This record gives sequence, C-alpha cells and structure tokens, in this order.
Amino acid sequence: MSRPMQFDRVPLSARIGMAIILAYVAAALFGPFLAPYGQTEVAGDQWTPLFWSQPGSDGDVFFLLGTDHLGRDLLTRLLYGARNSIGIALVTTLLAFAAGVGIGLLAATKQGVVDQIASRSIDVLMAFPSLIFALMILAVLGSSIPVLIVVIALLNMASVFRITRALAMDLEAQDFVDVAKLRGESALWIMRRELLPNAMVPLAAEFGLRFCFVLLFIASLSFIGLGIQPPMADWGSMVRENASAISFGVFTPLIPAAAIAGLTIGVNLVIDWLTNSRSVGNEA
Amino acid sequence: MIALLIAKRLGLGLVTLFIISLIVFFSVQLLPGDVAQAILGRTAPPEAVAALRTRLGLDLPAHVRYLQWAGGLFQGDFGDSLANRRPVLDLLSERIGNTFFLAAVSACIAVPLGLILGLASAIYRRRPFDHATSLAALLAISVPEFLTAYILVAIFAVELGWLPAVSMVQPSQGILDRFILISLPAATLALGVIAYILRMTRAAIGNVLSSPYIEMAKLKGVSPYRLVVRHALPNALSPIINVVLMNLAYLVVGVVVVEVIFVYPGLGQLLVDSVSKRDIPIVQACGVLFATAYILLNLLADVLSILANPRLRRPRGGV
Repeated sequence: MSRPMQFDRVPLSARIGMAIILAYVAAALFGPFLAPYGQTEVAGDQWTPLFWSQPGSDGDVFFLLGTDHLGRDLLTRLLYGARNSIGIALVTTLLAFAAGVGIGLLAATKQGVVDQIASRSIDVLMAFPSLIFALMILAVLGSSIPVLIVVIALLNMASVFRITRALAMDLEAQDFVDVAKLRGESALWIMRRELLPNAMVPLAAEFGLRFCFVLLFIASLSFIGLGIQPPMADWGSMVRENASAISFGVFTPLIPAAAIAGLTIGVNLVIDWLTNSRSVGNEA
Repeated sequence: MIALLIAKRLGLGLVTLFIISLIVFFSVQLLPGDVAQAILGRTAPPEAVAALRTRLGLDLPAHVRYLQWAGGLFQGDFGDSLANRRPVLDLLSERIGNTFFLAAVSACIAVPLGLILGLASAIYRRRPFDHATSLAALLAISVPEFLTAYILVAIFAVELGWLPAVSMVQPSQGILDRFILISLPAATLALGVIAYILRMTRAAIGNVLSSPYIEMAKLKGVSPYRLVVRHALPNALSPIINVVLMNLAYLVVGVVVVEVIFVYPGLGQLLVDSVSKRDIPIVQACGVLFATAYILLNLLADVLSILANPRLRRPRGGV
C-alpha cells in the first residue's frame, strides 16, 4: 500500500508549503540566536516604521520591521514569538494526538463497553463549542501556559479520536488483522503494528489540520488577552498590543498576524496534497 | 422510520443540553481549590472570602445549588454579576439583540454567496475560475480572523475613510447607522463563512460528480450547468444543508473574537470581559446561551439532513 515517496511527483503547491514550514521551523529553532535585540529589550522609539534607524546609546540602532508599542524591536519579538507560538501549539497538538490516537485505537480494538463510554464522552465534548468551553475553564482557573495546553489538547483530542476510531474500525474488518488476532498477538501489538502504519497518511493530514486549528485558537485567545501573557513574545498578543497603531496608519501590527497566516497556509498546502493524493489513490 | 430517527436525535439533543448545563455549572464548582478564594486572590482577607462564599451559595450542597441555578435559568434568573451586582439578565438583554443582529446580517451575506460560489466552482471545475476561488478560499480559512479584520480596517477605515474602524453601537441609533457600523465586523465574519461553505459545497458536489449516473448524463450531452444544478445538487443537498447549519453554529461562536476586535457591545465582548474579571455568573450565563444556540443549530442540521437524505428513509441495510 505504501510506496516510496517520489519528490518529483509532489505538486508545486505542496513544495511551496513544505518550504514555508521549513522556514518557520528554522526561525523557531534559531530565532533567538538571529534576533538583533533581547526579547523584552526596549531599544528605540514607539511604533517606528519599517527600515528605521535612530541614534542609540552607543551608535545608531536599526529596526528592520520597526518597533512595537514599548519601543521593542518587532523583528526580535517576531523571532522569539516563533519559538513560543509554534512551540506551544506543537506541544498541544502532540498531546491531543497521543491521547486521541491512543483512546481511538483502544475503542476500535476493544469495542463494546469501552467503545461506548469513550465515544459518548467524546460526543458530549464535541457538542460544546470549543471557544466557549475554553473561556469557561480559563475564567475559573485563570490563564497560564499549562492550563492552555491541557484544555486545548482536550478539545482537539475529540476530533483525533473520531478519525482514528473510524480508520481503525475500517482496518479492523480486514483479513490481515484477523490473521494477527489468530496468531495470538496482543491488542497493543495489533494497534501498533497493524492498525497505526495503515492509518498514517490520513492521520498526518489530521495532524496538520489540528496544528493549524490549535495555532489559530491560541493566537485568538492571546489576541483577546486570555492566552499567552506578556511580556512573553507571542504572535497573537503582539497583534493585540499594537492594534491601536493601525488607526494611526501604522500597519506593522499586521506583520505578526501575517506570520500566523503564513504558517497555516503552508501547512494547508501540504494537507491539500496529502488528502488529494489519497482520494486519487482510492479512485484508481 | 424517519420519525423515529428524528425523535431519537431530538432526545439526544435534550440529553446533550442537560449534560452541558451540568458541565457549565460544575466546571466552576468542582474545580480544584476554592472558587471564592480563586476569584478574590490569595491575599484576600478570610472574612471577604467567607462573604463571597455565602453570596455564591457555596455553603449549600452541590445538587441543591445546581437545581436552584438550573431552575433560575428557566425563569430567566441568571443570578447577579459579581463585579457590579447587577442582575445578569439585564446585562444580557442589553446585548443579546446586538449579537443576534451581527450574526444574522453576516449569515444573510455569507450563506447565499458561499453557495453560489461553491456551485459555480463545481460547474467550472478545473478552470481558472475554480482555481482562483479555491486559492482565495484557502487563504481566507488559513488567516486568523483578526488579520482579516485589521486588513479591512486598514483599507476601508484608515486609507479610504469610508467606514468606521470600531462599532460602538448606541441604543439611540437608527437601523441605517447600525448597518454602516457593523459592515466591517459582518464582512470579517462573512469572509470566513463564505470560504468554508464554498469549499464544502464544491467538495459535496464533487463527490456526487464522480458517480456513474453523472457519467451517463455527461455522455448524453447534458450541459455543465444542468449537470451540476439538476443532476448533482439534489443528491448533494444533505451534506450542503449540514455545512450551512454548521457554519451558522460556527458564526454564533465566531462573533466572540470579532466583537472584541471592533469593540461591538454584544454578548461575546461581555463574555471575554467577564472571563478576565472572573465574573463567574456572567460567564456561566453566556456559556449556556452560546452553547445552546450552537447545539440547537447542530441539532437542526442533523434533523434536516435526515429529512433531505432519501437513503435514510429506508430501513438500515438497504443502502
């Protein structure tokens, strides 16, 4: 079923998407080393335009992307923000996946009562609008990074569970799973060696989709002031802090918002290719 | 058969609403730590904490408190705000109309446009029009709402000066003024919804278009327009109705962020303010209202798609 990936058959759009993702990963890994200033260092005037230089304490200081509402370098904040925003979204998505895939496979292999309990709990979780659920929990517990990660992972686990369970149920009915069961393999072995490898491509697409959702969700929460808290650099809160500059005709606050959009577009381009190549495979 | 399916779905909806009310109530009451202490902070004097506990009714057993609270909901009694002691109902009734107005206007723009564009890109599949709309829709769903909003503000409010950048609606304003004030938030919401409906409509029609009877119609020489509208659309109706209603449900929740961006005095802004102030009774009331609207729309989606799907009218196994 899985044939070796041939790079020259990957469409241009997906290659662009991969290049975008690589660039962001590089920014997240090496950003703090590339950043010209410190994460919270006040280096210049408030809201300077792009390519701005001004006299500093020792020689001229230069701001490629201008400065923010406190006079911190926007490029520096953007680079640190890459690590914070992408890092937190990635940890959350991984947690959601570990739980969703684990419980989904368990429900599909055990079936019966286990499946019923898991599926009905997930139904309730999915019936509740995510944003409202998250806001209610944040109202009670207050906003902190561990709370954000756990709550958002829980909300996203639901959809990962559904997809994993559906995929695993389909595969469960196949002969090779019956053979493995007759061989006397354990449920864990069947999950890991028979079910998971065959569900890889759709799960990879789901991972990308969930990652985008989580990234946008955390950015929205930060933007409304209930996500990642200052002075930590984060793309969503950077937009919030600087949004008032837009009415003065300073458009640099759009840059962190565009940074979020760039990453989700990159991931979506790759997902579109993953899902399309699968449906083409099904038609043939 | 179909009546039974619908009755089952309605029953499930009621159960869900009940469970949601339990979650909304007990998530606040049973979380680790003392709610009163959490609201007032660690340094609060013990007397103040004790007073707040009594005001919240925390000294009563949990099931009694739940019944009081849920019973109050049915009579329109949502308790009092912790911040200014006004009845929550007053605060809600000032704003609920505004939120409904914004969501309704956005839906009236987005649903027809999304459907028409989705059908058009299905008719012109793999032509430049389809590629252009697909790309635009991908951009629109990848972009956070606040970017869309601020780009619209930058263009229409700052550069051109045609529309207001914030939507602070006053009760005295006439309907025309209101339309002008909410044009940017409504456009922000509509853009996202149009993109989703477009993508899903195109996909739903696309699924049907790959079936053999469409191939037959094509061989007969049916025009692309007739092929999509007369042959494919009726069979794609069920998923499309589902998509539209799910997007309306999304819209109800999506207003929260947009209201904050445009300082629009609706329920969403009230909810966000109350979360940062930890004004629990307001958060609970808004949570119940948003969740109920969301659940009812999802319920309606399921019921309508049962009605629109001819295959479900026959007993199972007949598919």
